[in-house]
Amino acid sequence: MGRRGPVGLSACGLALVAAGTLALAGAGCTSQKVGGDSAGSNDGKIKIGLVTKTDSNPYFVALRESAKAEADKQGAELVALAGKFDGDNDGQVTALENLIQQGVKTIMVTPSNSTGVLGAIKQARDRGILVIALDTTTQPESAVDATIATDNVEAGRLQGQYVKAALAGKDPQLIMLDGTPGSTVSEQRHNGFLQGIGLAAGDPRILGSEPANGEQNKAQQATENLLQRNSAVNAVYNLNEPTARGAYAALQAKGLAGQVVVGAIDGGCQGVQDVKDGRTAQTVMQYPKKMAALGVDDAVEFAHSGKKPSGFVNTGATVVSDKPMPGVESKDTAWGLQNCWG
Amino acid sequence: MTTAAESGTTTAAEGRTSVGELLLRTRAVGPALALVVAVALFSVSTKTFLNADNLSLVVQQSLVIGTLALGQTLVILTNGIDLANASIGVLATLVMAKMVIEGMPAWVALAVGVLIAVGIGAISGGVVTGLRLPPFIVTLGMFTIVTAAARIYAVGQSYPVTDPLLAWLGTRQYLFGKIEVTFGMALALVMYLVLWYALTRTSWGKHVYAVGNDPEAARLSGIHVRRTVLSVYLVAGLVYGVAAWQALGRVPNADPNAFQLGNLESITAVVLGGTSLFGGRGSVLGTLIGALIVAVLRSGLTQAGIDSLYQDVATGILVIVAVAVDRFSRGRIRDA
Repeated sequence: MGRRGPVGLSACGLALVAAGTLALAGAGCTSQKVGGDSAGSNDGKIKIGLVTKTDSNPYFVALRESAKAEADKQGAELVALAGKFDGDNDGQVTALENLIQQGVKTIMVTPSNSTGVLGAIKQARDRGILVIALDTTTQPESAVDATIATDNVEAGRLQGQYVKAALAGKDPQLIMLDGTPGSTVSEQRHNGFLQGIGLAAGDPRILGSEPANGEQNKAQQATENLLQRNSAVNAVYNLNEPTARGAYAALQAKGLAGQVVVGAIDGGCQGVQDVKDGRTAQTVMQYPKKMAALGVDDAVEFAHSGKKPSGFVNTGATVVSDKPMPGVESKDTAWGLQNCWG
Repeated sequence: MTTAAESGTTTAAEGRTSVGELLLRTRAVGPALALVVAVALFSVSTKTFLNADNLSLVVQQSLVIGTLALGQTLVILTNGIDLANASIGVLATLVMAKMVIEGMPAWVALAVGVLIAVGIGAISGGVVTGLRLPPFIVTLGMFTIVTAAARIYAVGQSYPVTDPLLAWLGTRQYLFGKIEVTFGMALALVMYLVLWYALTRTSWGKHVYAVGNDPEAARLSGIHVRRTVLSVYLVAGLVYGVAAWQALGRVPNADPNAFQLGNLESITAVVLGGTSLFGGRGSVLGTLIGALIVAVLRSGLTQAGIDSLYQDVATGILVIVAVAVDRFSRGRIRDA
């Protein structure tokens, strides 16, 4: 019998410490809540859930913070959840389910994979919850009540048109840095860019395309490798601004920085600064703050009047560059720095 | 040499035991208490946690990682670690879904997917035992290879489930007209029970614990160490194949980018369940509880209005606490 002693002790120890940790976590819960009421859907405050792709990308952080600010302004409560990485369908489904259980009135979701979370979205809508897709469309678009997003094909096309104009008649020799393989936004921007610059997929003037998952490190590495293969590059398509920074670093190391037109999309303040400093030729600004605010407004309206928004709301895209090109409408970086999102 | 026997953790039970004794012996009592405390806390502090719907959901949310963690437990018990488990599962989901889309009967696709998982388990186990390389390194390599293989096979796309058999484990049924259950829950329970029985009531199970505790002692007592370790990787591969089927039941879409952190999340569940990362001590029942703790935390903290990053902080603290307790308890046994 005696031999069971140590195990019993250590096991109890674990239980005690674990209980302590949980108690701390529990205390955190109550102190975090503004109203002080215990959770529930019937305490008067409108509850809105937000599920973004990740918590790490500055773009989604801007989206989250803007939604929080707008919710505070409107007297609503916002619970912000996210997947752990781009492509975390399971994490997003779990987040959606937990929000449904919590009794939120509206869920705003930025789906990682356009088809991956449809089941959970349907469950939410079946229970009368308003579901709005933010930033990224679902396939089909009718899976949600409404979509508030950048027209990503248009954003890609604007980058393509600008790069084409900046090449001033030279034949493009293009590198393309895409997002996560299979991501809808990545495909839409990629295809839009090709339309804008006037190249067909598979054209030999596309020297190579690599998935960089929207990360600076991967983009730099991919560009280095592509340049190793063929350094006769004069244009780089970038999914977003971190990708463009990675591409620029690789070009600079090869001494090619001045001769290549580097495009970008996003409109973050650092991205606009990159344009101002000449690292990228332009960026296409999108408006996550507007998306988040419109979504929260719709949610509050729905809670008050039961009116559901519908269809696709395009929050717009604007080319930002200090070298305006004929035929491409653009704003300068002074304007860009005033309107960038974070 | 005899510490394991003295701690009472590795011996198969001698005869009848009460549930309480069972928990004590399997080191699952601490985790079980932590789970109860967590459930109680969230039941009191939120109005939406404690109801049949939500508890059922919590179980469903823990199934995929819980199944991956079951295989992980086996490997960790042999003083190994499997960093490739989730990538094997992801490859299997892609094989299953893509083969069906390409016109194969669903049961063939399912079988091929599971067999591939077993095959990769065999390769990992073969390299670990054959070349005597550390499991951490071998499975790190396999993780990289299998992740790449999955992306090559997927050609940058995800594949929706188009056959009811592949999504069958996620089909929801109502028990007594009230409690939502899925076939996946039943299958996970059966797998846990079978492996619990195999580990505690068969000589294979005793060998697994003995090898994890002290391979030299195990060898001297006549246990075929390499064969035992290889068998563990094979069984683990089979379990990962089933985890793939579970994953398609939960999210009917095979995505090469899914479960990138599944290996670490499964280790989290194993550690929270009280299994020692140093091998030879622990139980699958603990792992089941560990997986549930993670899902309970995620659900409960969401109901309480806590954002996901703070949920991760809470989970991380628990992991460190669990390992610290294991370390101290180990020290105490050695001192005694």
